[in-house]
Amino acid sequence: MASESKNGNAFICPIPIEQYPNVLLAHGGGGKLTHQLIEKMFLPAFGNSILGARHDGALLHLPSQQLAFTTDSYVIRPLFFPGGDIGSLAINGTVNDLAMCGARPLFLSAGFILEEGLPMDTLWRVVQSMKLAAEQAGVQIVTGDTKVVDRGKGDGIFINTAGIGVVEARQAISPANVRPGDAIVLSGDIGRHGIAIMAVREGLEFESTIESDCAALSGIVLDLIGAGIELHCLRDLTRGGLASALIEIAESSCLHFEIEENTIPMLEDVKGACEILGFDPLYVANEGRFISFVPARDVDRTLARMRAHPLGAQSCIIGTAKEGDPGLVTMRSRIGATRVVDMLSGEQLPRIC
Amino acid sequence: MKFIDEYRDAQAARQYSDSLRRVTTKPWTIMEVCGGQTHSIVKFGIDELLPPAITLVHGPGCPVCVTSLELVEKAIEIASTPDVIFCSFGDMLRVPGISRDLLSVKATGGDVRIVYSPLDALKIAEENPAREVVFFAVGFETTAPANAMAVYQAAQKDIHNFSLLVSHVLVPPAMEAILSSPENRVQGFLAAGHVCAVMGFWEYEPIAAKYHVPIVVTGFEPVDILQGIYMCIRQLEGGRAEVENQYSRSVSKAGNLPAQKLIGEIFRVVPRKWRGVGEIPQSGLGLQEKYSRFDAEARFGLVHFTADEPAECISGLVLQGIKKPYECTAFVVRCTPEHPMGATMVSSEGACAAYYHYRKKS
Repeated sequence: MASESKNGNAFICPIPIEQYPNVLLAHGGGGKLTHQLIEKMFLPAFGNSILGARHDGALLHLPSQQLAFTTDSYVIRPLFFPGGDIGSLAINGTVNDLAMCGARPLFLSAGFILEEGLPMDTLWRVVQSMKLAAEQAGVQIVTGDTKVVDRGKGDGIFINTAGIGVVEARQAISPANVRPGDAIVLSGDIGRHGIAIMAVREGLEFESTIESDCAALSGIVLDLIGAGIELHCLRDLTRGGLASALIEIAESSCLHFEIEENTIPMLEDVKGACEILGFDPLYVANEGRFISFVPARDVDRTLARMRAHPLGAQSCIIGTAKEGDPGLVTMRSRIGATRVVDMLSGEQLPRIC
Repeated sequence: MKFIDEYRDAQAARQYSDSLRRVTTKPWTIMEVCGGQTHSIVKFGIDELLPPAITLVHGPGCPVCVTSLELVEKAIEIASTPDVIFCSFGDMLRVPGISRDLLSVKATGGDVRIVYSPLDALKIAEENPAREVVFFAVGFETTAPANAMAVYQAAQKDIHNFSLLVSHVLVPPAMEAILSSPENRVQGFLAAGHVCAVMGFWEYEPIAAKYHVPIVVTGFEPVDILQGIYMCIRQLEGGRAEVENQYSRSVSKAGNLPAQKLIGEIFRVVPRKWRGVGEIPQSGLGLQEKYSRFDAEARFGLVHFTADEPAECISGLVLQGIKKPYECTAFVVRCTPEHPMGATMVSSEGACAAYYHYRKKS
């Protein structure tokens, strides 16, 4: 897989391969090997004065203002995929949850659950990817934990990250603040992460490799906040895709959202893959896209700001919030008829024919 | 996307919609046979573009929906057997058996795998010679050639640990069953484009003549379906009952002859139980005698296994177009995609699920 060695080759794994080429149960036992893992792998990668204090917890100095706090766990197969890996996902996912609160992400914790036998080099590459992602997002990993489970009881690596950020938005950002007349702005094309993972898992080949959109959204959101744009609600699009994000916010805000199918950007390859698999792209996972709800007077500035950012070049208005049926999301289809966009009952399963 | 975008063009759709309004002078009821067409109709809101005099009813052409409870139970039984690798198309996994589905079998330790082709299942068999690999061969004539090819290759390669749980169904006998029912209200058919890509449409001419019903071979995109409906209405309004081909970019009258030959080599026509409908004579495919060693039912001793369907579910009437999903008392109340009573609620192509997802609140 082309992307596997992207970060790993820059350095050599510091745990002597001839000694411990694989993770042992003892690496999570709290003894010498755990100590070696922390000293040789985690501290150099995530190095900062707070983590360096080697305390039971991180002591943080925060400006006395509103904080945002979130946590998420990451389990993904394969661990490495085009456009990212479990490490970058674990950083960006938590950073994005903070960004959606209108917060500047500052500190993260990292908890690893490793499966006995995991190649040490794999862990090293994941850690290097986390380091890079954290640097790019401007966050520090200030505390962590490692446990090792018996072989066969895990899927290589599970990671939990929790994050703290300081809220910079001047007004509350939440579904309850969406107002009738708000424009719904989407930050780019949808469905890439889900299809990238599917393609690797199932060995599907396309004309070009579809890369996950995995990225930290804090920069683009802070740009909008810095420009004084009145953001009523933000939501990153994750597992349930665009549809689930819209339905959740429509239900919380008791408003009716109308979207236009024609306006939603998608890569041709992603469209093709969805056609072949019988997937509805509205429900396919993303890891670097978000929707924002902004009042009509701020729409032009929002679009200009977002399009000036590398992660928002394809930003566009996809619909509007209205009074009407509370919790309803409808979509005007490409042929000009209207349908209800509903929550999925389970995972999308590939259709038979 | 080429061959997709031009068939989802709003202007072309509008033109057919306008033409339909011009030519329709009285009420007509048309059935789209295939679940893929039903899905498209509801997803794109195609019926909103039709004049009110035209009623679409959703036919029995979703293979997931029509697979009998008995076969689903057999699948669950086989998949729960130790050392079996049970392979299936994705959407069969959520079809409810009597008390559970294949996803629950997987969750409790069964080795149930989603594959995209029966040949993938054959490959798994080659890679796991010590384990029995069973493929759930579900589908209409569309999936039959690939399933036949898997058996053909298994025989050629002398692979002993591979078998098929065959649940194949055929379109023409189902259409005849609908047309000969005293409750039938279908006056014209959109035949399933993919089925005809394999089988051609010569089989439909005697049906059109016998029941005096127009049959239009139709594709799956919105403009295909609108054009198919337009061709069907023109026939009905003109008093004609012919077989016409809207989907000529994929379908010829003779069909795919090598595929038909392969189907004939591996399979024979057998009676088949349809979920919600009951047994229809000569409406399914089973393995030919000389390939019977690949029959999973025989291999796992399930030939005489039977199961009865729940009485309250009207999925059979929905499949035959006699009732709409919302005419069922259980619809949305006791029957939802989370707790489906019948398979028309389970498959994303099922008429009940399509109504539930896209119409629930309107």
